[in-house]
Amino acid sequence: MSPEPAGDPDARPGPAGGSEPRTPPGSAVPVGPAPGPRSPVRHAPVRHALGRISSAAFLALVAAFFALPMLWLASAPFDAHPSITVSVPEFTLANFRAILANPYAAGSIVNSVIQAGGAAVLVVVLAALAAYALSRVRVPGRDVLLYVLLLLSSVVTGTAAMVPIFELATRLGLVDTHLGVILVVSGGLLPAAIFILKDFMDATPTSYEESARVFGASPAQILRHIVVPLVRPGLATVAVWAVASVWGGFLMQYILLRDPDKSPSAVVLFTLYTEGGQPDLPLISTFSLLYSLPVVLMYLFVSSRYGFRFHGGIKQ
Amino acid sequence: MNTDAAGLGRSRAVVFALPALVLIGVFLVFPALWTIYLGLTDYRLTGLAAADPQVVGTANYTAALGDERFRSSFWLTAQYVLGSAVIGQAGLGFTLAWTLRGRRGTVRRVVEGLVLLSWILPGSVVAFLWIALLDRDGGTLNALLGTPGAAWLLDHPMLSIIVFNTWRGTAFSMMLYSAALENVPVSHLETARLAGASTLQRLRDVVLPQIRGHVLTNVLLTSLWTFNDFTPFLITAGGPEGRSEILPFYVYNTALRGGQLGFGAAVSFLILLINLVFALAYLRLLRNRREVAV
Repeated sequence: MSPEPAGDPDARPGPAGGSEPRTPPGSAVPVGPAPGPRSPVRHAPVRHALGRISSAAFLALVAAFFALPMLWLASAPFDAHPSITVSVPEFTLANFRAILANPYAAGSIVNSVIQAGGAAVLVVVLAALAAYALSRVRVPGRDVLLYVLLLLSSVVTGTAAMVPIFELATRLGLVDTHLGVILVVSGGLLPAAIFILKDFMDATPTSYEESARVFGASPAQILRHIVVPLVRPGLATVAVWAVASVWGGFLMQYILLRDPDKSPSAVVLFTLYTEGGQPDLPLISTFSLLYSLPVVLMYLFVSSRYGFRFHGGIKQ
Repeated sequence: MNTDAAGLGRSRAVVFALPALVLIGVFLVFPALWTIYLGLTDYRLTGLAAADPQVVGTANYTAALGDERFRSSFWLTAQYVLGSAVIGQAGLGFTLAWTLRGRRGTVRRVVEGLVLLSWILPGSVVAFLWIALLDRDGGTLNALLGTPGAAWLLDHPMLSIIVFNTWRGTAFSMMLYSAALENVPVSHLETARLAGASTLQRLRDVVLPQIRGHVLTNVLLTSLWTFNDFTPFLITAGGPEGRSEILPFYVYNTALRGGQLGFGAAVSFLILLINLVFALAYLRLLRNRREVAV
């Protein structure tokens, strides 16, 4: 691949001026060179206007496409009689009270908190310990090990490994336990977590640790009181990422949990039916909104606090 | 230089790293290896073969390759990945990044916000939103298009989940290409434009050579994720009559619902191999550049 030019002062995407595309690139309309010896400069204003109009139309269309499915989530929870069609709600907050009365819905949020929180704590603690050790001590084959683990974590996905994981959990007696879900998802999250945290730890200077050691601190104390505060942004990133992936995760929770009393919100959402066997729309829409809120808030928190640094291979 | 400032030493380092490595070993590495063994047996969830599974060699693999349903599932998966990851997500993501480049302000924030929101909402929620959107009787899409009674999920299940997954995952490609386009010098684009190059010519001759690495990264990752995504199961469950039964659903339906664990493990192993090819290609690319693309 071609080397990227460094330090080019023009490399900023300034005001695009007349360089707007006439048609959205990738559309089937062929944009050939202008016929005849016309100067492109003379036609720039027309071209510019056409470009602005077509790109505005394209953006409006895309915005509508992305907003359309989400409108229902914004309107139905506040509607006294929601149907499956988007409509201006007959405003009420009664649906939110009904959620609290439904034992499965309210309980599943607790289950989601237990599973996402448990996995996040486990992943952050174990990954920090391992990353610290791998960052500071030269173990032969360390880099290869990390690469292989990272490779495995993107290869051995829930989809590819659902059969052996189900079988393993059955034999270990982990089916229908929170612990089973926590251990299984943590195993998948750990390699990338170690990889990220090792990057953070490699970037911290070791001089503080040296001074602490001179004053007689043990390695565990040094890790706890010196390294952890230094890499806090990394720990927060990993924690948020772990919570978000377990909170939204479906497949592992679906195959490992049969008992609705243990199921998290992701699974319970699809069991909310009325006595008549129809989806309970007021409940589902309201519940969806409540269940989505933490993820959206976490995203906003992370992107405002740390900037949205996300790492290529780790979204699951 | 000695980096072990805290005096950890090799033995304590092993103790620190061990818990994580054990967990990874048991719940990530072992299942992958065990799939190979299970795939060579006639293991079942219930019945005689559950109590005393026999090694049947490659019988599961020949059975899978001879199964019409498997072949159709494989073909549907190729359509799904090509349609929603390569054409849908990468195509739309690039087009968006290109159209939004140089724009600041409300329009950009709103469009990016909507695209990102569809990416971060939990899978179960977006699946239900799409069920509601495409519903036959009261779906918003039918109300909007004036086509009451059009059963999108029954008549066009593959198209539905392809469009769904495009909607779901475009954010990643959009962000990746937005970052990549920042590296394309505006002066080069401007020069090409003044020389009379059309948009497509500028994309091909100026932009593409600069972002080739990003395109490859993008296509590999979105394909890998799309190939392993289980979310559309909540929308069609592979139906009707297996017409949207991509490989993940095929494994679930045959192994965990149908009880043929040995057979399902064999198909899982094929999925693992395909994943491995994608991931190795990606890691190679990454190691060539060392820095993560975004």
